[in-house]
Amino acid sequence: MRAARTVALVVASLIAMVSLAGSLLPRFEYSRQDREHFSAGPSPDHWLGTDAVGRDRLARLLHGTRVSLSLAPAAAALSLLLAFVAGAAPGFAGGVSERVAKTIIDLVLSIPWLFLLLIVRAMLPLNTSPAASATITFLMLGLLGWGVPARILLARARRLRQSEFVLLARASGLPRWRLLLVHVMPNLLPVLVAQFWIAVPVFILAEANLSLLGLGVAEPLPSLGSLLRELETVLSIRGDVCSFGALIVLVVMVSSLQIAFVKHEVS
Amino acid sequence: MRRALFRMCLLLLVLVSVGSCLDELRFYLGSDPKTFNPALVADDASETIRYLTGGVLLRLNRQTQQVEPELAAAWRVSKDGKTITFQLRNGVRFSDGTAFSAQDVKYTMDALMDPALHSPTGDAFRSGPGKLTSVVLTADRISLTFPAPVAGLEKLFDQVAIVSANSPKKEMAALGPFYVADYKPGAYITLRRNPNYWKHDDAGHPLPYLDGVKLEIQANHDIEMLKFSRNEIHLINSMDADYFDRIAQVAPGKVRDAGPSLDSEQMWFNQVPGAPIAAFKLEWFKSRNFRRAVSAAINRSDLCKVVYGGHAVPARGPVSPANKFWFDSQLPQARFDPSYALQLLREDGFRLTAGKLVDRGGHPVEFSIVTNAGNRTRERTATMIQADLRAIGIMVNVVTLDFPSLIQRISENFNYEAALLGMTNVELDPNAQMNVWLSSSDEHQWNPRQKTPATPWEAEIDRLMRAQASALDDKTRKKNFDRVQEIVAEQAPFLYLVNKNALVGVSPILQGVVPVAARPQTYWNIERIRFSAERASNGK
Repeated sequence: MRAARTVALVVASLIAMVSLAGSLLPRFEYSRQDREHFSAGPSPDHWLGTDAVGRDRLARLLHGTRVSLSLAPAAAALSLLLAFVAGAAPGFAGGVSERVAKTIIDLVLSIPWLFLLLIVRAMLPLNTSPAASATITFLMLGLLGWGVPARILLARARRLRQSEFVLLARASGLPRWRLLLVHVMPNLLPVLVAQFWIAVPVFILAEANLSLLGLGVAEPLPSLGSLLRELETVLSIRGDVCSFGALIVLVVMVSSLQIAFVKHEVS
Repeated sequence: MRRALFRMCLLLLVLVSVGSCLDELRFYLGSDPKTFNPALVADDASETIRYLTGGVLLRLNRQTQQVEPELAAAWRVSKDGKTITFQLRNGVRFSDGTAFSAQDVKYTMDALMDPALHSPTGDAFRSGPGKLTSVVLTADRISLTFPAPVAGLEKLFDQVAIVSANSPKKEMAALGPFYVADYKPGAYITLRRNPNYWKHDDAGHPLPYLDGVKLEIQANHDIEMLKFSRNEIHLINSMDADYFDRIAQVAPGKVRDAGPSLDSEQMWFNQVPGAPIAAFKLEWFKSRNFRRAVSAAINRSDLCKVVYGGHAVPARGPVSPANKFWFDSQLPQARFDPSYALQLLREDGFRLTAGKLVDRGGHPVEFSIVTNAGNRTRERTATMIQADLRAIGIMVNVVTLDFPSLIQRISENFNYEAALLGMTNVELDPNAQMNVWLSSSDEHQWNPRQKTPATPWEAEIDRLMRAQASALDDKTRKKNFDRVQEIVAEQAPFLYLVNKNALVGVSPILQGVVPVAARPQTYWNIERIRFSAERASNGK
């Protein structure tokens, strides 16, 4: 298992480093259009071929991976922070705050977030740079995606509050903040980590869905989500493996991270 | 009991085998028809039903684009353009056996022109205030007098399906080649051959050749393509270039490119005074030089090649070359010339600084183009425009919006800078574009609902459009509308980009399909479409 984790970590690091290093090379310019060679297969000029408007697929994959791998984890971290505040803290505190938190979480989960995102998009200024639009998209996902982890953290924190070792600690006169930091947090960490690695691919895919509604990362900046749109329709799936590049990177990256980091999940 | 079961199975088997022997054409409708009343048709699906089942007095031949007699054997328009007199065919019957007469025409036209019905078809005839006077001269002659002259009067009858005045089935009694036999909402509509259809082919064989048409309701184009690939449906009336090329690779005989369609793709700038955009941007958008510069910086040939895979032609103006009579062939080709674009911009005080264009006030030139999300062709077009304009230092932000938000922005709150959309032209006559060109109109997209024309050239377009609409001879109308097209080319309120080709799918087992640019592209001659002898012998 240790060997598998090491291999996974190496693979994940390799993808991250290659995408970061490659996207910095001027050769891999993601928006340049080679209009004589659009929708082309692999060639010496374009190792993974070109997309429908003649942009180098490899360049877009490198940049897209960098964008998604830097923003999706940030959004996941934000949503978990909110989930911790809205779920874990009240769950540990109990009483009225727990009931209020449960009501708020249920309310948030019942909101049709897609429509909420549409309203938010309608209010945003139109002249937003692609980089800003990417940040806003993932920020919105982070701000709206805390409902489910909050409910899980609340349940977990409540169980911890009622556990015997916490009762013993409280009976020993341990201050609440110390109880939270020393006893509760380490026990919540596996759940937090698991939720984090669940949220990352979910946010990447959510961004792909949002781009269909005009909410995703704006052109010409690529993201893994926007690259997945190449596989949007059954007939748009081409025989060559290059059009599956984004999907392959996503699956390999997420799997590697799951293997490498989600080791304390079972408790 | 066993015997009864056996008989039932046998009956079922016979019914299935009879059904499979029927020459039944199958294709998809994108949605349920909103109405079966031909006077109230306003959507594509209802129009398809009307076309396949409705009998009309005159039919616009989609291939020659000329009006031809149908239920009216002859017709005459008076010199003042207000009255049209029809000589009707004798011995024609509706699908339920009811006889057709001038009374039915009167009944249909009176209903159509009744303001209480709010018929979109009837609206096209309303050229002035007043009522229609319909007089039945004899059982097979009728005269219709409109309160004011109606330009292109005969062509409008292409959409008037005659309804029976006496049949208990009312609009469901058909005079066209088929009648509606079955309808399951959300699933399918079955049309059967009208046994009383009046037309025969040259050999005297009764038309239509087909026994029926099955229209399945299906909005998903992927499913439509897959079913077509598997020969489960026979026609696709309109397909994207992507789909076309993919099917052409595996089965070239199944797709046909009918040349430029009547539709166009265009972009425009928001020129609405008081729109919630920066004042300096409104100034750019109002400048003819700015609009023409942007137009000159867009490589239309590349759009045709890359986005449409060569299945489009660079657009010259508001009328497609597919519209044989109304297209102004004197219009110049839109030129792709970035240096000319920069020259025009310099005339207006713009300058290039470190690769970025700035205006007189030092504002960097940056604007957003809104278009509808999910339309990949349009998204690619916007991406290519973005790259073209970057070459002259203009930053473009492409914003895709869901359709309701987009419409709200371009039609209600005007909170947008530039828009990229298409125009679907169903009719050939320029009167159908009246709502686009009149400055007071809602659809005058760049600056709608003007109380008085904002510019002299818009006032001139208003005058010319009204003049062509009231002129009786086509020559005068054409001259006026040609001038409109020239003004539009000079002023560039719309930057016309491409006229995409009419790309259709036709099963090789069909005979008689002649795809054309005008709608309905594949089945405009439905009564003459038939299955090939091979298919008939295979019994498929």
